[in-house]
Amino acid sequence: MNYLARRLLTFPLILLGVSLLVFFSIRMIPGDAITAMLGTEAGLLTPVQRQALAAYFGIDQPVVVQYGRWLAGLLQGDLGISVTYGKPVLTVILERFPLTLELALLAMVIALGIGVPAGVLAATNNERSTDVVVRILAMLGQSTPGFVVGLVIIYVLSVYFGFVPAMGSFTPLWTDPLANLGQLIFPAVTLGFAFAASVTRISRSAMLDVLSDDYIRTARAKGVPGRSVVWHHALPNALIPVVTLSGVEFGYLLGGAVIVEQIFALPGLGRLTLDAIGQRDYALVQGCVLFVAFNFLIVNLLVDLAYAALDPRIRLGAR
Amino acid sequence: MSPLLSVRDLTVAFGKDASEPVVRGVSFELNPGETLAIVGESGSGKSVTALSINRLVDFGGGRIVGGSMRLTRPDGAVLELSQAEERTLVDIRGREIGMIFQEPMTSLNPVHTVGAQIEEAFRLHRGLVGQAARQAAREALDRVRIADAEQRLRYYPHQLSGGMRQRVMIAMALAGNPRLLIADEPTTALDVTVQAQIMALLAELRAETGMAMIFITHDIGLVAGIADHVLVMQNGVAVEQGRLDAVLDAPQHDYTQHLLNAVPHFSGGRAVRADGARAEGGERPMVAVKDLVVRFPVGRGLFARNAGAVHAVEGVDFDLVQGETLAIVGESGSGKSTTARAILGLVEATRGTVDAASGQGGRPIQMVFQDPFASLNPRLDVESLLAEPAIAAGRRIDAALRERMGFLLEKVGLPANCLVRYPHQFSGGQRQRLCIARALMLNPDVVVLDEAVSALDVSVQAKVLDLLIDLQREFGLAYLFISHDMAVVERIAHRVAVMYAGQIVEIGGAGAVLSRPRHSYTRRLIAAVPGMDRRRQRYDVDTTPVPSLVRPRGYEPPQADWIEAGPDHLVRMETA
Repeated sequence: MNYLARRLLTFPLILLGVSLLVFFSIRMIPGDAITAMLGTEAGLLTPVQRQALAAYFGIDQPVVVQYGRWLAGLLQGDLGISVTYGKPVLTVILERFPLTLELALLAMVIALGIGVPAGVLAATNNERSTDVVVRILAMLGQSTPGFVVGLVIIYVLSVYFGFVPAMGSFTPLWTDPLANLGQLIFPAVTLGFAFAASVTRISRSAMLDVLSDDYIRTARAKGVPGRSVVWHHALPNALIPVVTLSGVEFGYLLGGAVIVEQIFALPGLGRLTLDAIGQRDYALVQGCVLFVAFNFLIVNLLVDLAYAALDPRIRLGAR
Repeated sequence: MSPLLSVRDLTVAFGKDASEPVVRGVSFELNPGETLAIVGESGSGKSVTALSINRLVDFGGGRIVGGSMRLTRPDGAVLELSQAEERTLVDIRGREIGMIFQEPMTSLNPVHTVGAQIEEAFRLHRGLVGQAARQAAREALDRVRIADAEQRLRYYPHQLSGGMRQRVMIAMALAGNPRLLIADEPTTALDVTVQAQIMALLAELRAETGMAMIFITHDIGLVAGIADHVLVMQNGVAVEQGRLDAVLDAPQHDYTQHLLNAVPHFSGGRAVRADGARAEGGERPMVAVKDLVVRFPVGRGLFARNAGAVHAVEGVDFDLVQGETLAIVGESGSGKSTTARAILGLVEATRGTVDAASGQGGRPIQMVFQDPFASLNPRLDVESLLAEPAIAAGRRIDAALRERMGFLLEKVGLPANCLVRYPHQFSGGQRQRLCIARALMLNPDVVVLDEAVSALDVSVQAKVLDLLIDLQREFGLAYLFISHDMAVVERIAHRVAVMYAGQIVEIGGAGAVLSRPRHSYTRRLIAAVPGMDRRRQRYDVDTTPVPSLVRPRGYEPPQADWIEAGPDHLVRMETA
């Protein structure tokens, strides 16, 4: 608990650093919010009107003052108002987040469900044909860009099965689970494909390492059958790198998967951030980045807790 | 009586190529209840032979390409192990053939409790589950003399000491009541007093169960204590075998004779060096250590800050004069290596002074480490390796430096043309010679040798020791020789300091300390050393626990009282 408390105490500091970085860097991009918002009509504004709008959004002040105001709002849980949507930033983000979270979780389940067994299978058949096949598939999975897989899936579904996944709007899991799954399963497979490939490769190499460890020989010497040696004695020791990789990948996925969201026309966090940058919606960009950073911190913490759960030497402290 | 195991012309190869087997035509027989020792140096094929018997060699890429291994099973049937299916072998392993390994630190699964690992053996071989398995595991720990078995079952391997882990291994191996126990260097990684405990335990258990044993070792001294028969291996071939006394007293093969001569036998201080006795007073010491204290704080937690400290080295005093070897002996955790590191400034001393006369003038103390494989950067060629100390001292590679390299390579017995070679092209012994040459590059007065010959095979070890003695005589070097091996210490030391739990408990001339030990720990240490002349002698099971070195914050140990046991022989007074 002590450890957990100390970790949580570092969160505000890291988030503060992230916010500083994003706040000032986005303002270095040329262009301003009002032009972006009104498009060609911005040219019709009189300087006075423009000034009034800038004052309304608070972007007439020096950047440092803006940052101070924003930070003060943040401490009260107020991330500001999105210029594009005319709603509080947090509300906009939370509307998009369930889709992103569900997509990331599904992708991870697919990746681990395929990747770990495939990696174990390859490792236990090292240098035999099964291993070679798995390695080729993993190489393919890692080197094929996500949009290719996504496009192929859409093509096959629509041309051969006449099935077009619902696009544009998102059906939450709790309103219609089937429609929700029908909508997300293909993007999840697209994301999970490459993810599974990396998991396979890392599980394979970790298992190969562990299988040559002394305690595996000990297990065999005491008559443990091969299957149990692999799953009971070796796998728990090989999971640490898999957890590390999964944590990093999952963190990225929680930031939204821009390309897959684009292909499947899903309103996720990735496109939200991208659009916000295009619109110079400063408050929304800051909100998104901060939210993603926060997610990363949480995921990293979970990864460290998972290490402790997996390895008693971490949990109890090695001598 | 039919033999339990009959091995004929066993030939084992690795990889696809069967033309260069690593074990060639090994034959032996083992009767129930007998102990066979297989002795050899690294690469002799002794471990491969052992792993072939229960066919674990298959998992390491090995193949049995010839010969037979016939195991008589409990029902009298004979099984040909070399042809057996993996399915059959899974039943044999653990149940009929148990095995224990060299590395207790890595041979237990780190993610399962020791209880779970022992219970698994009982489940596999006796079908015990739940409470019954737990009960059996507890009894198994009792049987290998582990106190508080109930609590220990819940421990993970990393929470136990090396000796404890090896006991757990033995408990696990005995769970199936095997009729044959293969012990592959079971005590090599352990301290000598712990080794004696494990040997005593194995001997007791053997008497209790009547099991046969195959004991693999490089230490012919250990063999004398336990074996009925001895088989000596060299380069994959059994060069000699026979009854223990016959092999030890009248070795026939050259290699056996060589091995017996090369092994440093500990003879209780009768074989100490006669040269270089300390001049009577007056000589200025090269290194003077006064009241050296090294402590490591423990408990860095948020609320547990500075809960106390590990008192790794506590009030150590000694000096070292030119041309002299001071050996620091002790077991792992006794503080001997920390002392060496503190003298070189590799760890910070909490208190005390290290006065090194040679410290000034660009001739720092140099060090040679234990592992010659890990202490040479594999990416550097020999020239760059040897140049390292000079470069660290701000010099450049020039003609004079190259000349010195050539000179030193010749001195340590390596050809001068090896400057362009890389560490992997040398054997372990040659690498250690390189390390020694590197240490001498700056012409130091003092060299710290931290277990410098411990990782070498006995015959190589003997040569490196001779080299060290020659170099010492030639250059007037002072050695601080850190070792756990009493036989090696006897060969090289002029003076001996015995460390126990961070403190020197006895110090003095090697002859006096080794032949007339006064402190109870020194006596225990010396009593535990195996030897050729201690044949079939029973080792006492000594379970004196090592005191904890963790002390509460602000703790200061009481002042030491010293007894003068003779000229140059001080013994720390023991508190009752």
